[in-house]
Amino acid sequence: MDLKTLTFIVVGLSFALYIGIAIWARAGTTKEFYVAGGGVHPIVNGMATGADWMSAASFISMAGLIAFLGYGGSVYLMGWTGGYVLLAVLLAPYLRKFGKFTVPQFIGDRYYSQTARIVAVICLIFISFTYVAGQMRGVGIVFSRFLEVEITTGLIIGMGLVFFYAVLGGMKGITYTQVAQYIVLIFAYTIPAVFISLQIAGNPFPQLGLGGHTGDMYFLDKLNQTVTDLGFAAYTSGNKSMIDVFCITLALMAGTAGLPHVIVRFFTVPKVHDARLSAGWALVFIALLYTAAPAVGAMARYNLHATVNSAVATGGDVFAPEASIQGESRPEWMKRWEKTGLIKWEDKNGDGRIQYYNEKSKDEAFLAKAEAAGWKGNELGSDKKGKFDGTVDRDIMVLANPEIAGLPNWVIALIAAGGIAAALSTAAGLLLVISSSISHDLLKGVFTKNISEKGELLAGRIAAAVAVGIAGYLGYNPPGFVAQVVAFAFGLACASLFPTIVLGIFSKKMNRGGAIAGMLTGLIFTMTYIVYFKRDVLLGMDKVPDSEWLFGISPEGIGVIGMLLNFAISFIVMKMTAPCPDHIQHLVEDIRYPRGAGTAQSH
Amino acid sequence: MSSPQSFDPKAYWRATLKLLVTTLIIWFIVSFGAGILFRDALDSIHLGGYPLGFWFAQQGSIFIFVGLIFWYAKRMDKIDREHDVHED
Repeated sequence: MDLKTLTFIVVGLSFALYIGIAIWARAGTTKEFYVAGGGVHPIVNGMATGADWMSAASFISMAGLIAFLGYGGSVYLMGWTGGYVLLAVLLAPYLRKFGKFTVPQFIGDRYYSQTARIVAVICLIFISFTYVAGQMRGVGIVFSRFLEVEITTGLIIGMGLVFFYAVLGGMKGITYTQVAQYIVLIFAYTIPAVFISLQIAGNPFPQLGLGGHTGDMYFLDKLNQTVTDLGFAAYTSGNKSMIDVFCITLALMAGTAGLPHVIVRFFTVPKVHDARLSAGWALVFIALLYTAAPAVGAMARYNLHATVNSAVATGGDVFAPEASIQGESRPEWMKRWEKTGLIKWEDKNGDGRIQYYNEKSKDEAFLAKAEAAGWKGNELGSDKKGKFDGTVDRDIMVLANPEIAGLPNWVIALIAAGGIAAALSTAAGLLLVISSSISHDLLKGVFTKNISEKGELLAGRIAAAVAVGIAGYLGYNPPGFVAQVVAFAFGLACASLFPTIVLGIFSKKMNRGGAIAGMLTGLIFTMTYIVYFKRDVLLGMDKVPDSEWLFGISPEGIGVIGMLLNFAISFIVMKMTAPCPDHIQHLVEDIRYPRGAGTAQSH
Repeated sequence: MSSPQSFDPKAYWRATLKLLVTTLIIWFIVSFGAGILFRDALDSIHLGGYPLGFWFAQQGSIFIFVGLIFWYAKRMDKIDREHDVHED
């Protein structure tokens, strides 16, 4: 059976599964629509959280990022897992005890203010929409690359599917489809990871293989030698400043803990005790992928170099003319992926062979040797609008990995299904928090307070349907900067929602004025800084040099400063405004004790 | 249900915060400490083929986070029971 037919079958089967689950898990009440009825087992919720959390970026892009960043990629590994410790100890159990349906509802009630609730809705919508547009784009891309259909067609199929189970099933439908999607995506990720680890290090566990031997050397030493021989920075050393690595990691951690679509998953478990455990289970399921990713990245990078330059594997002279692969005899997968533009070969010195190296190396001796060998610039990169770009697209490290490693076709088909599962599960979770913030926070909470349960459920479904439409449009017609902005959703969550929720639980005296001023300061400061330093991408203006970064912190890490400002402004304004009323202080007191947590309530 | 006298809210919250601080110190040491601030020093030690600082940054911290959350949840259960605020 050819690859395309097989991929259609595997992806089609996974879709049939999701649709079946959606029909089985229809939501009949607002409680089922918002929190899946509140009786989800902590392990099931952990698995659903894993799928909810791991997006197209985790599945398709992360290993590739690590492959080219080496140690620098650690910020994503620590940053996107460490947030669960914060969730478990600072947020999840207390918000679960509070027992309501949405994050803005907590902020509105705790800070006795409709304004605070509306500000929280604004933060939530901004964070979630930038994020969901990236997911829909991911669905379209996987469709177009593996099934060779138009991105638009892929998008419409993806939208239809999310529409079906998110609108029909609400949180209940999403929870059980996410469990199925987790299983699909973890198989799709793990199988190639096991194969590649066996192939290179002879160990079926990628977590051990990365620290294992290849030939008579440690694999990481071999990789370091390979990349430095070709003029790149050593794999296990970093190229970002320590303060920047520190801030990006912290921003990703606090951002993770402040993401509304992750927080609401913990409203679905029966007890406070379950909320704590569920955070642990979520991280178990996430760690299965996250601890395999560094091995996938490192080994795929090695494979790529070894494919292009035969001296890499033998330890011979990489500059020898016959070591570089002949362009004509380059492997099939390279030719196939050239069509997508993710990889491109340009014969700069006209010798008919591919030289892949770092032409911008700071090592003079290396550059001299490359010149002596007749190398006239790096010849392997990607296609950017018809022009040769000297960097291979990082996504290829996961997407083409099974082909690079010579794995059977069904594994490749599985990667397609896994990528789509990762994107769809995250998109559905995001769409749900967007729709519930409209139907529950804005309509029920602020504007039409006497709406009936049926009316609210209908409003929730309409809001979800509209959100799917907007997300699809953004995915089809991304405003240039979507990919850039997704990473910044974390900075915004870290600077706005996270500190305000933490203060709401751990400071009884924090009041309305402090919270609103803090949230706005964090949000506006972080957003301004990002727009200022990314104005070349966002607004098409001249780039501001990186040397002007505040304390040397990149826009990715600036959320940490935003968070500190949020805390500081909150306390200053608190001192200057009317104190927090007694009944709210009692409410905070009550949140802190587990006993008496019924399942989540609408009001 | 317990009688109101047997429950000391201040003592419960003190115990909770103590555990919280301990947990966050461990969280900080294994990621920001071993993986970032003291990475260079740790990299001179090897764990199999892994330089130790690199291992903490890409593997070790994640494993420890998982264990840490379950340990925290278990200790919290104990504190809840001791102060008689646990759920049935």
